[in-house]
Amino acid sequence: MAGVPLDIQLLNLCAALLLLLSFAMLSQRRIVNLVNLLALQGTVLFIATLLIAWRTRQPHLYLSAVLTLALKVMLLPYLLHRLIRRLEVYWDAEPLLNISGTMLIGVLIVVFSFGLAQPISALASTATRNAIGIAVAVVLLSFLTMITRRKAMSQVVGFLSMENGLFFGAMSATYGMPMVVEFGVALDVLVAVLVLGIFFFQIREQFDSLDLHHLESLREDASSRRSE
Amino acid sequence: MRPIEIITQLLELVVALAAAPLFVGWINQCRAWLQNRSAPSVWLPYRNIRKLFHKDAVIAEGASRLFRLAPYIVFAAMVVAAGIIPSMGTRLPLTQVADAIALVGLLATARVFMSLAAMDTGTAFGTLGARREMMVGFLAEPALLMVIFVASLISATTALPAITEHLATQTLGLYPSLAFTAVAFLMVLLAENARIPVDNPATHLELTMIHEATLLEYSARHLALMEWASALKLFNYACIGFALFIPWGVSTRGSAPVALLASIPLLALKLAAAGALLAVIEMVSAKLRVFRAPEFLATAFLFAVLGLLVHLLLGA
Amino acid sequence: MVPVLHSPLDACLTLLALWGLIGLAGLLRPTSLRYVGRTLFPLGAVCSLALAAVALSSLGAPTERAVLILGLPDLPMHLRRDALSSFFLFLLGAASAGISVFAAGYFRRGHGTSAGLLCLQYHLFLASMGFLLLADDAYAFMVAWETMALSSYFLVTTQHSLAEIRRAGFLYLLIAHVGALAILLAFGVMQGGSWQFTFDAMRHAHLTPVWAAAAFLLALLGFGAKAGLVPLHVWLPEAHPAAPSPVSALMSGVMLKTAVYGVLRVTFDLLGAPQWWWGVVALTVGLFSALYGAVFAAAQTDMKRLLAWSSIENVGIIFTGLGLAIVFHGAGMPGLAALALIAVLYHALNHSFMKSLLFCGTGAVLHSTGERNLGRLGGLIHRMPWVAWLTLVGALALAGLPPLNGFVSEWLLLQAFLFAHQVPQTFVNMLLPLGAALVALAAALAAYVMVKFFGVIFLGQPREAALLRAHDASVLERIGLAWLALGCITLGLIPTQVVGALRTVVRQLAHVDLPDPTAPWWLLEPLPGRLASYSGLVFLLAVAAVVLLTIFGVRLFYHQRVRRAAPWDCGFARLDPRMQDTAEGFGQPIRHIFEPFFAMTRELPSPFDRAPRYRVSIADRIWQRLYEPLGSLVQRVADSFSVLQQGRIATYLLYSFVTLVVLLAVVL
Repeated sequence: MAGVPLDIQLLNLCAALLLLLSFAMLSQRRIVNLVNLLALQGTVLFIATLLIAWRTRQPHLYLSAVLTLALKVMLLPYLLHRLIRRLEVYWDAEPLLNISGTMLIGVLIVVFSFGLAQPISALASTATRNAIGIAVAVVLLSFLTMITRRKAMSQVVGFLSMENGLFFGAMSATYGMPMVVEFGVALDVLVAVLVLGIFFFQIREQFDSLDLHHLESLREDASSRRSE
Repeated sequence: MRPIEIITQLLELVVALAAAPLFVGWINQCRAWLQNRSAPSVWLPYRNIRKLFHKDAVIAEGASRLFRLAPYIVFAAMVVAAGIIPSMGTRLPLTQVADAIALVGLLATARVFMSLAAMDTGTAFGTLGARREMMVGFLAEPALLMVIFVASLISATTALPAITEHLATQTLGLYPSLAFTAVAFLMVLLAENARIPVDNPATHLELTMIHEATLLEYSARHLALMEWASALKLFNYACIGFALFIPWGVSTRGSAPVALLASIPLLALKLAAAGALLAVIEMVSAKLRVFRAPEFLATAFLFAVLGLLVHLLLGA
Repeated sequence: MVPVLHSPLDACLTLLALWGLIGLAGLLRPTSLRYVGRTLFPLGAVCSLALAAVALSSLGAPTERAVLILGLPDLPMHLRRDALSSFFLFLLGAASAGISVFAAGYFRRGHGTSAGLLCLQYHLFLASMGFLLLADDAYAFMVAWETMALSSYFLVTTQHSLAEIRRAGFLYLLIAHVGALAILLAFGVMQGGSWQFTFDAMRHAHLTPVWAAAAFLLALLGFGAKAGLVPLHVWLPEAHPAAPSPVSALMSGVMLKTAVYGVLRVTFDLLGAPQWWWGVVALTVGLFSALYGAVFAAAQTDMKRLLAWSSIENVGIIFTGLGLAIVFHGAGMPGLAALALIAVLYHALNHSFMKSLLFCGTGAVLHSTGERNLGRLGGLIHRMPWVAWLTLVGALALAGLPPLNGFVSEWLLLQAFLFAHQVPQTFVNMLLPLGAALVALAAALAAYVMVKFFGVIFLGQPREAALLRAHDASVLERIGLAWLALGCITLGLIPTQVVGALRTVVRQLAHVDLPDPTAPWWLLEPLPGRLASYSGLVFLLAVAAVVLLTIFGVRLFYHQRVRRAAPWDCGFARLDPRMQDTAEGFGQPIRHIFEPFFAMTRELPSPFDRAPRYRVSIADRIWQRLYEPLGSLVQRVADSFSVLQQGRIATYLLYSFVTLVVLLAVVL
């Protein structure tokens, strides 16, 4: 580690923290904690963006950092917390696979992502290229979170965490995306959360629960109605 | 062997033997402060041990010679382990004989003999305690080995003093992999030393005991040796943590002999901080159900593996 | 003409022939137990010791060859003794010496087979294993392999009047032959078109990478079936408990190692340059077997099945090390390949002593109590102190505790894993350190299993009243056990010398070597400069010194008074020995944590039962998922062929007629 500048060390630390938070999300059963972890992820991304902005002296990255702070640390978690309170969904049901099995698959995913990312890192030209593997791992782990959950709220959190991972990947590989793309993605995410929020109310109205397997029974209802 | 090495070795053994009960007393003191009650004296563990040595040993009727031999073996294993861990200096001749993996083997020896002795009594509590102690042990040992593995990878050796020297003389840097493994190590420490959240060291309910159940039938000098060995185990674990994660202050190769003397107050400071931290952790956590303990240890193992993978990827 | 004894190969052959003669001599007075037990088996043990001595002294000697004019006219048997053969001959001789002495005292009353026949089968088993290690062509190898399988089959079905033993023997024979078939196919691939089945021809044959890989995988399948790798392990937990204890000891301790010898011979000697991915296959299979075996061992309630599953675990660890060695060799890292190979050979030697000791110990327990079920044993340390304390040495060694021998081979293996991340292949260099974690987990589980084994059998209180009449082992049994325990202790205290001897073997086999040691004789430092060293002797002295000082100090400053009293009963006055933890209970945490591995059926009592019962049966999931469907498939295919058997003579005559017509049409 001799000779590695402090900001690169801090960036490596941020990458490791991001990975840790994704793993923590895999094992959480309380939805409130999930949203808090998402907010923590946003904070880590904010710090990472600031560091990269300082290192590469690109002023638009400061704007990106402020956007990240406003959106991912403050607005979205606030919206999600409000949603949780109004829907009264605090606990997730037992995940599809038990915690140890999920963790094991998570470790295998991390190994896969790291192995995959090694040749890609060789092509990138940034100083943080090693962290591309972590970004891929975060995306895949969030996907796994989405797959192994039953409540719709947890899946939304997984989706947002996936977007965090992509953002971090873009940061470490190419020092950020063009501002237009960033605005577009941010708007998309915001709208998605608002629309999903409305949907959750509808689902809750219909089934009295946000357990997603109720959505599957819609098919049987239609077929049984047809047979009458 | 140079005289400084012999002195370091003997000093470490003496300090470990002498300071281990004090460490336990200090943790009790911190816990009492946090609970807003007045604590017993920090010297109480010494008085306890001394009192126990004077008593007559009462041995269960069905117990064999293994039961009477086990406390000596467990105590010896802990003393030899204390001689291997570089708590004050890295010039320890005994570490040529046993490296970090042998240290884990020593801890396993102590655990196996303690469980065998508990099974020797032939009571339900003893065998239950033995079963649980081995369950915690078989998950904690790979996690501990993984922690040592990561440190060995960074320093390219498994000799604990060499690891400490390497980490102490590095330029100060942030190692995320070591951060992960530090968390894993802390969890393993809590599990192996029968601390909350895995086991309550002050419990008197037999059905919730893990470590205490293996000591249930012991009395007098055997119990004194076992208690001392448990205190030594906690001391050793704390010193392993310092050697791996807070190695500064240890007198390294090539430093003056006076550095050895200077390392003693530093060690005391580290131990005081560690004791306070342990007391805080005990305060904010609740004891886990017995079958949550494997999940707790699996999480520790996972942290250690993550630390390994992060080290391999980031080189940090 | 005195048999020529100046060459080690001739000496070995003479000793093997002597074994055969001893076996035949047993037929002279087949029912006299004193003759067989007191004379013949100890003679066999002396031959074993001589074999071990010859093999050890010839480790560094140059390779010798011989040709035996046995067998078919154009197909003589080639023999060859090199360092690898010598090492495994030493293993065979040293372990079987202790087992034979134990068997001399063990066969005290008749079993299903007469004692003389037993003697013949036993010594034929030994001789065939020795011959196998010296074989230098496929013909001699397969003859020896089959003889080994058949003689051990007869030994396993000693008590053939019991149906379950017959079934175990059948399963054993079946899988042994599946393995033999795979080995034959491997030899067929390896001759590479020359149609010469001598090993020399195979060494010089140039195989394309595809065919070489096919040969390796076939060999792994075939030898893995004999070694007990998952999923071809199902015969081990059945056959080992069915056989008498000395035979189980011989099978677990020595026969499984011949399979390891086979894989080593094929991979490094006959195939020459192994590719690195073969090592990954072997490593994966080995790791899975190690974990599987350990988990199942922890859940067993029969003491011999527990040891059989533990053998599967150790074979898994051996193959893990072997896979690691192949990976290092293929990646061009010779020093590390040497380290891994040395760890493999050391572990094979260690396991033969440890497992034989444990099996012989269970034999003594079985003899004196008649019980194999762990739920009916307990407290035997008082009635059988010799057996108990000697078995304790074996249990501690198998648990991998320093300063005994199990720790040394684990230490070497972990040291080899430490450098696994330097392998250039991308995913492999990250997966291999995870393999180290799994090896550590398997080792920790082994400690758990050994505490369960020793604690439930020997410690605590007797769970049945009949155990109070148990008697200790006889003199011959004690000598056998003591020899094996001495082996365990010695191998742990002189690791440097053993590693030095193993370097010769590895140098000749794979042309890799460790650097010359710079440390003193009592310190093991395989890779100088890495600052990783261990000394069993000094370690033992340090611990013993502290123990003695403590005892002396306590005696000096305080007193040694002891009183006996009843154990703590928490106010419940009617504690009885059945309230101790059972073997099933001791394995419950493992069953709970590793639930996906087991196919468990439970029968739980309800509060309304007049006679409540609790019943748990665990089955191997691989048996249900793989073997039962396969068995029913084979049955269906066989049944479909039964349509050919009409029973009418006219139909059979028609078959002969059609065949004749077809042959005439084809030939003319």
